[in-house]
Amino acid sequence: MNRNPLTEIAADLWRDKTGLFGLTVILLLIVLVVFGPVLAPHEPGAINLAARLKPPAWLDGGSWARPLGTDHLGRDVLSRMIIGARASLLVGASVTAIAGTFGSILGIIAGYFGRRVDSAIMRLVDTQVAFPGLLLAIIILAVVGPKLQTVIVVLCLNGWMVFARMARGIVLTVREAPYVEAAEVIGCHPIRVVWRHILPNLLAPMLTLAVLEFARVILAEAALSFLGVGVQPPDTSWGLDLATGKNYLFRAWWLVCFPGLAITVTVLGANLFANWLRIVADPHEREKLFAAAVVAEEGAAP
Amino acid sequence: MIPFLLRRILHGMIVALGVTTVVFVVTRLIGDPVKVMLPLDSTEEQRAALAAKLGLDGSIWEQYQHFCIRLLHFDFGDSLWQGRSAADIVLERLPDTLSLVGTAIALAVLFALPMGLAAATRPGGHLDRLLVGLSLTGLSVPQFWLGLLLILLFAVQLHWLPTSGDESLRHLVLPAVSLALPSIGRLTIMVRSTAIDEINRAYVRTAEAKGLTFGRILGVHVMRNAANPIITMAGWEAIRMLAGYSVVVETVFSWPGVGFLAVQSIERRDLILLQASVFTVALMVVLLTLAIDIAYKVIDPRIKLS
Repeated sequence: MNRNPLTEIAADLWRDKTGLFGLTVILLLIVLVVFGPVLAPHEPGAINLAARLKPPAWLDGGSWARPLGTDHLGRDVLSRMIIGARASLLVGASVTAIAGTFGSILGIIAGYFGRRVDSAIMRLVDTQVAFPGLLLAIIILAVVGPKLQTVIVVLCLNGWMVFARMARGIVLTVREAPYVEAAEVIGCHPIRVVWRHILPNLLAPMLTLAVLEFARVILAEAALSFLGVGVQPPDTSWGLDLATGKNYLFRAWWLVCFPGLAITVTVLGANLFANWLRIVADPHEREKLFAAAVVAEEGAAP
Repeated sequence: MIPFLLRRILHGMIVALGVTTVVFVVTRLIGDPVKVMLPLDSTEEQRAALAAKLGLDGSIWEQYQHFCIRLLHFDFGDSLWQGRSAADIVLERLPDTLSLVGTAIALAVLFALPMGLAAATRPGGHLDRLLVGLSLTGLSVPQFWLGLLLILLFAVQLHWLPTSGDESLRHLVLPAVSLALPSIGRLTIMVRSTAIDEINRAYVRTAEAKGLTFGRILGVHVMRNAANPIITMAGWEAIRMLAGYSVVVETVFSWPGVGFLAVQSIERRDLILLQASVFTVALMVVLLTLAIDIAYKVIDPRIKLS
């Protein structure tokens, strides 16, 4: 048996095909984001009124020059989707990173220092969790003016609490562990205790949560853009393209179907990957997996 | 019970005050509401007249006090778009939102309970994998997209159901299904994991040893113990719908609820109506949170309220 942890994780992932699918989707999207302008067959904003509302290539009137058809201004749907991936991923990644870091730090502070600090931070979390987040996001964006940066800030505002709650919960249990007490007794600085002894315990569950939140944020950005308070033209985003496609629903179904499919596959990929990550990172679940693997091997051996 | 209730009500009031303050700060400090509401080519006099009419000519602090006092009377002023009390307009629309969210949450629980329990009976089995896969897919679908697909299929292709409006129960089907699907996915996964935890408890083994059928154990013993987290979760799903996604679904189906009203008032630059809708929804969310907390206690007397 191979003991190298990396190969073990890879083998694990290979066994769980849904997790593998999730990771593939995420990697594919990163490629699209990095190489988008090279991969897109057309300029996403290029208007061609002669080729308005052309159907996808496999239908009558479609051509392989524009595989997924064109919109009401003759713009290439595929190219717009490739470029549109950037908005979704940019918002998803930056919101997760900012809200995740901020929330985790507050959660660790609350859990580690306890007492007054804890109750002050958690009061704030409880209050903010009860806010109607998306509706407030809509009103803020409508008044302040929809810009990509504002979308990110607004989504961060209602995304950090989950991280704080989770980080605090883990810190509270880890705090009681003998090795943390030992480190404190021999006089380690609090920062060192947190950094060396508590933080490693947070890594896996917080990573899982981050992937789940990434999926949620992508859905939220799509919804905001769909309502017209998110990404604005001439920029593109899947949600924005869906909103324009909606007006041609009865004549050009492809304008609605493909961007929506892109959102669904992305979110599903992230969810499946997080599901796998959770099982792998959770020692209890790992035991079960290991047991299942052993049973399978022994069953196959004779 | 009483001190607990008082504490929860106090918390609800703090939340309501918080939302009020956010709405106030956003509409008064960051953007000049008069500028937002009037067209770009309006004159200085028009702006001053509107500011005076809306009571926006005092200091910020005076305006805030004025705003809060009027909220206590559920008075937001007259809608600019319709020229009558914004509170009345919102109250007319509220039943539509409540019936949509209510139907969607009922649908979600109705589907998620049997699916989650079925998946929990054999974790890792074929049925379990299928149901978990379906749930994960369901919760990954954007509701507005699902709504548009349902319109394409059932309204345009098959002509079975209407695309928009609220005239009959048939109009409710497509919006409720769109709103419910992600909740069905999340709830199924939750019911499944709660039930798996419970099935591994000692009391289930005792019940099995007594010779009870598995269906009875699941339906009576496990359900009683799993009811609390499931009801809490269903409540949170309702809050999630109310506080955001109903806006999107109502817009897709032109369902005349408060969410659609909020979007319409954004399009018409009617900040007063927008404030009224947001505040009403926030109030609903606060009340629902309170209801969940009380249900928690009523269902499971073991819970200590502290």
